[in-house]
Amino acid sequence: MSVAATAPGGWRKPPVIKSAALRWAIWIGAVVYLAAAFGTTEVNWSRVWEGLPRGARFISAFLPPDFTTRSSEILEGMLESLWMTVVATAAGIVLAVPVGLGAARNVAPAPVYYLCRAFLAVSRSFQEIILAIFFVKFFGFGPFAGVVTLVVATIGFYGKLLAEDIEDVDPAQAEAVHATGAGWLQWINYGIQPQVMPRMLGLALYRLDINFRESAVVGIVGAGGIGATLDTAFNRYEFDSAAAILLIIIGLVMLMEYSSGFIRRWVQ
Amino acid sequence: MPIALRGKAKAWQRRDRRTQFAIWSLWLAGTASFVFCCQFIADKTIWPFVFDAPEQVADLAVRMVPPDWTFIGVLWRPMWDTINMATLGTVMAIVLAVPIAYCAARNTTPSAAVLRPIAIFVIVSTRSINSLIWALMLVTIIGPGVLAGILAIGLRSIGFCAKLLYEAIEEIDEHQVEAVRAMGASAPQVAAYGIVPQVMPAFAGISVFRWDINIRESTVLGLVGAGGIGLPLNAAITTLAWTKVSLILLVILASVVVSEWISAKVRRAII
Repeated sequence: MSVAATAPGGWRKPPVIKSAALRWAIWIGAVVYLAAAFGTTEVNWSRVWEGLPRGARFISAFLPPDFTTRSSEILEGMLESLWMTVVATAAGIVLAVPVGLGAARNVAPAPVYYLCRAFLAVSRSFQEIILAIFFVKFFGFGPFAGVVTLVVATIGFYGKLLAEDIEDVDPAQAEAVHATGAGWLQWINYGIQPQVMPRMLGLALYRLDINFRESAVVGIVGAGGIGATLDTAFNRYEFDSAAAILLIIIGLVMLMEYSSGFIRRWVQ
Repeated sequence: MPIALRGKAKAWQRRDRRTQFAIWSLWLAGTASFVFCCQFIADKTIWPFVFDAPEQVADLAVRMVPPDWTFIGVLWRPMWDTINMATLGTVMAIVLAVPIAYCAARNTTPSAAVLRPIAIFVIVSTRSINSLIWALMLVTIIGPGVLAGILAIGLRSIGFCAKLLYEAIEEIDEHQVEAVRAMGASAPQVAAYGIVPQVMPAFAGISVFRWDINIRESTVLGLVGAGGIGLPLNAAITTLAWTKVSLILLVILASVVVSEWISAKVRRAII
């Protein structure tokens, strides 16, 4: 701290962004943008006003939610979502392992590396819903299209993180295994895999959780799961059934989060 | 170190028998449940449609090229709406996430017994509902349009931002906070001079990261009527105008790439 800072003017908090010009440019830019954004956003306030009682009705539908009227549809949709989650997570991770190995710079040769990286980049840039629309077109309505969607999304997510983790391994350990005369597969199995395993198990559980949440929405475009039931409930203004479905989703996600934390602690 | 006797020679093994058996039974249980779930999916699938897929892909590929570039003039407005939904939604989420994170962090929460569980519940419940479901809900309540999209993105992001922010607050260096407190600072002053400077980089990083995710999410909200590029996408798909669909997909791809580039750039500048 300079001496000038303790001068009679008193101490002032140093700004986060040092350059004054950049600071002002960011402020002015933000104000101009916000003005433009609010100015061009068309909001039909009378429609919003009209909808408020409906919103109140929706909130009151949570106390108590109606689990019974549509119980068979809800149960069927939920089970379908769960089956989809399990199948897609398992298949996705199994397929993500070779892609992830291929996309790690220290394991794969250059052409394989670029091919796998390109595949990961493309599969990650589209939203699951857009993928689902196309897979429904290709494979027809039903959970199969949803499973394929989630598998592709899982490969993109898991493959990328696996590749990054492999690139960060301690080369000394891998080299030690190499020096014993291990073949390529043995090298991966004893030199690389033990180093990435704990984190990858945690990520697998996290992806299971994400896939369950996503399986709840791909149904909106016809790819199976609870989403279709939820969509129908909203469109028919059956808010109490919708509230029940939402509560079940929140409950299951919370359950998964707690149990995955528990499993992770047990593994490490 | 687990060692097995082979004849008289000792041989190294990776695991002892019990661990090996436990791992083997976990694999058995996992495979069994996987097959069981596959059975259900297979029962609900119409297989002729699945076997038909290669022809469908080839057919669609022919219909989608070349993209209909004349359509691009119509897309600027929905694209602007999409970016606004993502940005304003992120701003809304950040504004709401700060007090929630403050209440949820173990070292700053005003009351660990009452406020902290409430804050945690808000974080978990907003995070576990996808933005598309929020949009679906809001469109039926306040009507279709950009506002529903902004609120959907905002509500979905609260949990994400608050979770990462409260973890950052819990990891701060307590000594600095104590030093500020020792000078006789009041609670707001402690927050402003002891906590905020420490979490500011993480906070900016989280906001930009979420903005990048939100650009991606807001491209599909139009499918349920919440404005943005999803509206023309939905219209083009339902009218089977595949050359328009391919153009919209290219626009989405471009916006995702640009937003990812911006967010990576900003995060590198901050950290």
